[in-house]
Amino acid sequence: MANSNIVLHVADVHKRFGGLHALADIDLQVEEGKTHAIIGPNGAGKSTLLNVIIGKLAPSSGQVVFDGAILTGRKPYQINQLGIARVFQTPEIFSDLSVLHNVMIPAFAKRDGTFTLNMLRALDSETTIREEAEHMLEDVGMLNRRDMQAGSLSRGDKRRMELAMCLIQHPRLLLLDEPTAGMSRHDTNTTIELLKKIKSRGMTKVIIEHDMHVVFSLADKISVLAQGRIIADGTPDEVRGNPKVQEAYLGGAH
Amino acid sequence: MANFMSRNDLLLLLGFTVVVLTMPIWLTPFGAGYPDLLQRFMIFGIFAVGFNILFGLTGYLSFGHAAFFGVGSYAAVWSFKLLTLDAIPAMIFAVLISGLFALIIGFLSLRRSGIYFSILTLAFAQMSYNLAYSVLTPITNGETGLQLTLNDPRVLDAAIGQTFVGQPVPTLLGQQLGGYAGFYFCAGFLILSFFFAQRVAGSPFGMMLKSIKSNQTRMQFTGFNTRPYALSAFVISGMYAGLAGALLAVTDPLAGAERMQWTASGEVVLMTILGGVGTLVGPVIGAWIIKYFENILSALNDNILTQFWSFLPEGLAEIVVKVTSKFVGDGWHLTLGLVFVIIVIFLPGGIMEGVRRMAATARRSDPPGAKSHQHQPAE
Repeated sequence: MANSNIVLHVADVHKRFGGLHALADIDLQVEEGKTHAIIGPNGAGKSTLLNVIIGKLAPSSGQVVFDGAILTGRKPYQINQLGIARVFQTPEIFSDLSVLHNVMIPAFAKRDGTFTLNMLRALDSETTIREEAEHMLEDVGMLNRRDMQAGSLSRGDKRRMELAMCLIQHPRLLLLDEPTAGMSRHDTNTTIELLKKIKSRGMTKVIIEHDMHVVFSLADKISVLAQGRIIADGTPDEVRGNPKVQEAYLGGAH
Repeated sequence: MANFMSRNDLLLLLGFTVVVLTMPIWLTPFGAGYPDLLQRFMIFGIFAVGFNILFGLTGYLSFGHAAFFGVGSYAAVWSFKLLTLDAIPAMIFAVLISGLFALIIGFLSLRRSGIYFSILTLAFAQMSYNLAYSVLTPITNGETGLQLTLNDPRVLDAAIGQTFVGQPVPTLLGQQLGGYAGFYFCAGFLILSFFFAQRVAGSPFGMMLKSIKSNQTRMQFTGFNTRPYALSAFVISGMYAGLAGALLAVTDPLAGAERMQWTASGEVVLMTILGGVGTLVGPVIGAWIIKYFENILSALNDNILTQFWSFLPEGLAEIVVKVTSKFVGDGWHLTLGLVFVIIVIFLPGGIMEGVRRMAATARRSDPPGAKSHQHQPAE
């Protein structure tokens, strides 16, 4: 595997909370354009790892490198501006605003940067961004809900809208924290289809997921986390056949 | 024009302008059609419109905006004393100084959010009040308040050889700004302020402020640095407060420290909540209602009450007078508190929520035929 294809490198990361060693010696390499799944039992440190990557938590040691830039120590908005978007476990949306505005806001961040004092411009005159947001909503099948207040959407729709909010920025790396958690089987399948569609566009994704059905339908590569350590790394087939994994995780579940 | 302002916004602005300019007519039957009170309606309307940009749009509750109001007043009076009695330089000077003041206090206070932000603004405002009251007496004239005197330098007026006979009063291009002239002067600024607030609320910038109120975490993970947005909103609302303070100095050229006290900061919070947080018109209505009742209720005394209740039997009338007298005169705050509690419990969205609910009820009870020529705003 050529090293130049690595877009995200989590290098020797440790994270301690007091006496708890939440992440130990994590070394993770994500290839450009691939979908990399991180799985593991509850409390394995999956969300901690994602929070370290996105800058919400600082690692105790080690660093995260994205395309040559060190992410460790940067603020969340700076990390986003480098081309990393995140879908949260509980959808983080603008509940008081309309669905359309929710999707327009990230497009402004992409176009205008971290701060612009454009207070005398009319929002109604931003036709390019509005049309872009409408296309995005059409892509995720939510155009008919564009004028609804985001807070009144179902959980599945909130998640799809949050995905649209990330995708409109055309991020190079998309981080997904349990994108189908709490969804019905039908919603889960729609989301898988949607994520497959994005995959064909060549975006790199890191996905944390409990649902094995989702993981094995999407992932090119899987890392298995248990007690803060990576115990296995490889293609879905390799991981499925790994006895250590079956013992730590799959064996317990199935 | 279509891109400049939406049709609904334009209609709202026109309606607002008409209501404001005709106030001397339609407020006369309510006993409020005199210039002194009308001026205050305009001034506190501006204060509340500006405060709403910070509190209503951005979601930061400041308990110290009276400081900027006071700074505006002092700056205006100093402009009258040192430069000229013309009001325009005084307004510009006041808005700039209060904006600078807001930039410093906002920069420090916005390092925290929520209740800690509120406490910081309160602390800074009380510090400003105490400074104005004591240490800064050379600038503020302390307890007495800053006033115009006959021998102020007024270098610009002196340069063009303009002299005044008697007590100096602020002017606009030579025209004295007392009475109705003062009202229309303030009304012009209120309409301008309202227009500007409309533009801010309807801009991408305004949408960012609303998003900060809605979910600051998402804003940060979306690539926005939220602090300069909040600071801009803080400075804009501080400049509005300074403008209002300057107008108060124009209509009555005396600036006192009590304008900066926390009760004055609390009053603008009450105005905004009473009228409807986050709405454009609500805060103005809240300001008008509070100033109206302050004026009417604080003027009532035991004699007037005795007359009013005289139709009751003698013993009962005495008791009723005794009870109601606690709610008027100096005790009018008791009434205000009661009204405020009722509004917050039954109409958390303020008076504007009441208006919306009534409109919704009226729409539901409309016969189906009437619906066709009714304009339904899209959500």
